[in-house]
Amino acid sequence: MSYTIEGRTGTWEIVVGLEVHAQVISHSKLFSGASTTFGGDPNTQVSLVDAAFPGMLPVINHECVAQAIRTGLGLNAQINLFSRFDRKNYFYADLPQGYQISQFEHPIVGKGTISIELQNGDVREIGITRLHLEQDAGKLLHDQDPTKSFVDLNRSGVALMEIVSEPDIREPEEAGAYLRKLRQILRYLGTCDGNMEEGSMRADVNVSVRKAGEPFRTRCEIKNVNSIRFVMQAIEVEAARQVEIWENGGEVDQETRLFDPGRGETRTMRSKEDAHDYRYFPDPDLLPLVLEQAWVDELATKLPELPDAKRARFQAEYGIAFYDAGVLIAEQAVADYYEAVARGRDGKLAATWVMGDLFAALNRTSNTIETSPVSADALGKMLDLIADKTINGKIAKEVFEDMVETGESPDAIVEKKGLRQVTDTGAIDAAITAVLEKHPDKLAEYRSGKDKLFGFFVGQVMKETKGKANPAMVNEALKTHLDA
Amino acid sequence: MSLDLATTRRIAKLARIGLEENELEATRQKLNGILGWIDQLAEVDVTGVPPMVGTETETLRQREDKVTDGNCRDALLACAPETSGPFYTVPKVVE
Repeated sequence: MSYTIEGRTGTWEIVVGLEVHAQVISHSKLFSGASTTFGGDPNTQVSLVDAAFPGMLPVINHECVAQAIRTGLGLNAQINLFSRFDRKNYFYADLPQGYQISQFEHPIVGKGTISIELQNGDVREIGITRLHLEQDAGKLLHDQDPTKSFVDLNRSGVALMEIVSEPDIREPEEAGAYLRKLRQILRYLGTCDGNMEEGSMRADVNVSVRKAGEPFRTRCEIKNVNSIRFVMQAIEVEAARQVEIWENGGEVDQETRLFDPGRGETRTMRSKEDAHDYRYFPDPDLLPLVLEQAWVDELATKLPELPDAKRARFQAEYGIAFYDAGVLIAEQAVADYYEAVARGRDGKLAATWVMGDLFAALNRTSNTIETSPVSADALGKMLDLIADKTINGKIAKEVFEDMVETGESPDAIVEKKGLRQVTDTGAIDAAITAVLEKHPDKLAEYRSGKDKLFGFFVGQVMKETKGKANPAMVNEALKTHLDA
Repeated sequence: MSLDLATTRRIAKLARIGLEENELEATRQKLNGILGWIDQLAEVDVTGVPPMVGTETETLRQREDKVTDGNCRDALLACAPETSGPFYTVPKVVE
């Protein structure tokens, strides 16, 4: 363990657990038929159920249940064939029912694990405590009027998965790695888009500190942190605050706090003083959710290949390094692109081109892999031209840049610009003769033992052939000429 | 089980029911009456009986993931005590 806080009374370590709220990808809401589309006109995606009109009854969305099961399977977790919905009671203007329908005692998914990778290459397992389904709340706007808050219920009732980790995290970096890995798995599964800016993935962070070997001390919960960077910052400042309190002889109160990134501090949320007294009870409107094992099995067989499996397969199938495989599977679209380029070709060369020239070009032209000016098919064809020696690696760079600019096929560019590699020994010999005639002094130096000049001659011959000569043939022929 | 005055006050607060001090004792007695009745149930031995959550024997009915509802803003807002444009409005609540 590398992250500790040096206090006056000794060394402190941090203990962190994360509760992630992940919005489920579905067309309609968890218990109503209203749309879940982001950014709709205020209060247009609201049914009488979502607005909590008296007598309205919730009916669960089959697909939301399937998404929770898929996610559970993706987290190597136990799927509970019996689960139940409870009412979590609290009063706030964004919650018209006065209670959130959630799962308390019997969540749909039980214990699982996520394996995370740190900067230094260490791999750690972080435990998942549970995943349960619940309703999202509406949205409040506070800046529209001096005395009123405005309420938009479009989000009210959208399905959320609350994914709770064990308090296994010991460093801010691990929290970041955990969130990135979780988001990656959710995106691969297609169960949550993981977009933290739009709020479709949000994290509550539980932080406590302790000295080595101690049991857990009191924790504080930092609510609704909306970026990975802020989660890591919030952990650092909250841990430092708690160490300060303990070292001054105080007690940390168990409370809910807010992180203020502008000030770089956390502060208490007064309104949540009673927040842990939710008076949960089983929702009488909903029967227990009982699943067929056969359905769970069917969902399991249709699960896509997940990041860890894909990474291992890329290493084995395409002979690329662990690190490179990690970069290439980071996003599914990149992995698909790479695989389209690499299949049936030199996997290492494909990785070099995708991670090097392609990523650089996407960056430079402000494109994503989805909008890449060079298709996987075109890049693959260019690698074929290298493989069959139509062009050499240096010319390939030129061809690639042209592909980025014009979107033309590599064959067309090679023909148009006359870039076909020179493999005609006669032409190469002629170029070598011309170069040696131009540089009699260097030739003399070389022959008197200055071997390093070999590179100079290679360069000159390549220049003479406008870069099109086959480098291996040039090397071969040059040796013969120079040593003659 | 029997409630004291402090617990009665706390329950009222959690339920957002405004009780005057002089109403507390009467409320406490009413709640204790209900709790006393429920306590009678504790006399039944339910060892090994799974908790019952309803009288239905069917399992939860599920619906297809289709958009079938919503788009009724005017009707919704017509029932609200206060609105502004497309929004409900409430007294300002800021953290």
